[in-house]
Amino acid sequence: MENILQQIGIENYIYLSTLLFCIGIFGVLYRRNAIVMFMSVEIMLNAVNLLLVAFSTYHQDASGQVFVFFSMAVAAAEVAVGLAILVAVYRNLNNIDIDNLKNLKG
Amino acid sequence: MYTLVAIAGLGILCLIAEIFNLRKAIVPITILGLLGSLVLNVADYGKTLSYFNNMIITDTFSVAFTSLFIILAIFLIALTPVVHKEHKAKISDFVAIKLFLLTGAIAMVTFGNLAMFFLGIEILSISLYVLAASEPKNLKSNEAGMKYFLMGAFASGIILFGIALIYGAIGSFDTGVIYGALLENNNVPGWFFIGIVMLTIGLLFKIAAVPFHFWAPDVYEGSPTLTTATMSTLTKVAAMASFFKLMTTLNRTVPGSYITIISIVAILSMTVGNIMALRQNSVKRMLAYSGISHAGFMLMVFFSPTFTAGTLFYYAAAYTLAGIASFAVVLFVCTNKENEDVYNFNGLGKTNPLMAGILTCSLLSMAGIPIFSGFFAKFFLFHQVFSSGHVAIVIVAIINSIISLGYYFKLIIAMYTKESTAEKQTVPFTYGAVALIALVLNIAMGLYPSFALELIFR
Repeated sequence: MENILQQIGIENYIYLSTLLFCIGIFGVLYRRNAIVMFMSVEIMLNAVNLLLVAFSTYHQDASGQVFVFFSMAVAAAEVAVGLAILVAVYRNLNNIDIDNLKNLKG
Repeated sequence: MYTLVAIAGLGILCLIAEIFNLRKAIVPITILGLLGSLVLNVADYGKTLSYFNNMIITDTFSVAFTSLFIILAIFLIALTPVVHKEHKAKISDFVAIKLFLLTGAIAMVTFGNLAMFFLGIEILSISLYVLAASEPKNLKSNEAGMKYFLMGAFASGIILFGIALIYGAIGSFDTGVIYGALLENNNVPGWFFIGIVMLTIGLLFKIAAVPFHFWAPDVYEGSPTLTTATMSTLTKVAAMASFFKLMTTLNRTVPGSYITIISIVAILSMTVGNIMALRQNSVKRMLAYSGISHAGFMLMVFFSPTFTAGTLFYYAAAYTLAGIASFAVVLFVCTNKENEDVYNFNGLGKTNPLMAGILTCSLLSMAGIPIFSGFFAKFFLFHQVFSSGHVAIVIVAIINSIISLGYYFKLIIAMYTKESTAEKQTVPFTYGAVALIALVLNIAMGLYPSFALELIFR
């Protein structure tokens, strides 16, 4: 493992996960379908998981990998709540386009 | 630590009580349990203890804020059965979720490790997503829940990325180790500071400070009023306290460029919050913008972080107690009304002088009029920031306090000078009691400020 990390270099892992994170951010900002937005949030969280695992190997320290378990559990709980809200929206509106949700303003 | 375990256990107990059909006993037992955990918490006062490999550290800061959170949670849970009296079957869910929210808030001020901090902020946020969307048939509540969920998940992602970068730079999640590593060598990798900035951005989202505030008014307006009360008191103060603790435990001295950014955010929050509040008709939206401006005031504590933990606590307590009192009155007035607009409050001074008086006093406390603790909170805060040499921001803050009188008085004038539109209602006991006790605590803090100010020492 160590060899591969040395050959590739830690910077490249950081670049990759930053790229994934930015894809997630732009997905949340530009897509209008709620499910695609949820998937983009998941990409953001998984980019962080990748980064944590890379750093964990880089530092030869297990706590980074343990943190990944926490963040996966949290992401699962978050998406469960999000999908429940989505179902409530669908029952009221019969679609899940986020543009329909703009009654609150002022 | 035992407080945290006790409150999480109490939440589970609530869910079990529902199974055994003990619905009537849930709220009294929860309040007794919370008073018990308040005692348990105060017993830790004055000691610095660490548990589970430094995962949890209790010191005077965490004990003081935990006590404040527990008191706020008692008020919010006491209001639950009256608000949901048509949905008796759901009471145990609402109480349990509020208890889990309190667990998250306590974890956010007792953390000694970034993992604990992240878990705390997520427990708090996920409970709030559920509460914000807790009226599934109401489209407004759906919209509020959806907006809050998307913004919250987005902010959590940014916080998590920040934590990962800090871990990458130092090699540990322990705040003590990070602090030590920063003391030892000055050339930490550049991505450490990017991590700190991302953490800051994420937390500014959570406390709704200005460039990241756009979700707050919509979510506050759409959510059920009791949830709005929770968000604008407990959650805002919990996020602020954990922001303060994070910055003071990670950085020994806050660098000058960071201070510049925070001062810009604070000035923008105060100004934009106050000016937008002036043109609102909905009371909930107005209180949301007033909350944004109070977040700006609270951000001013960063100008001399070693001394101002007491001031932050005092300000937070004064603001939240006034907030609870005013939201109890808003809940009373706006039951069975379609919206929360100002005209609903017309003539309240004649039909219900007690509630009108309480709302007036709590709004005056938020505006910073003497006798009430809001005045002393602002006075101590401005005094400290002034003596640390930031004169310009104090002037902006004072101008903003004057602007804020405008919208608070709009509501007060509506209550006392306009003719009533609704018939007289009797006040349910809980609304009156909660509002009165919160207001009395607020005034007591104004009369004896030194007690609350000196609670936190190192």
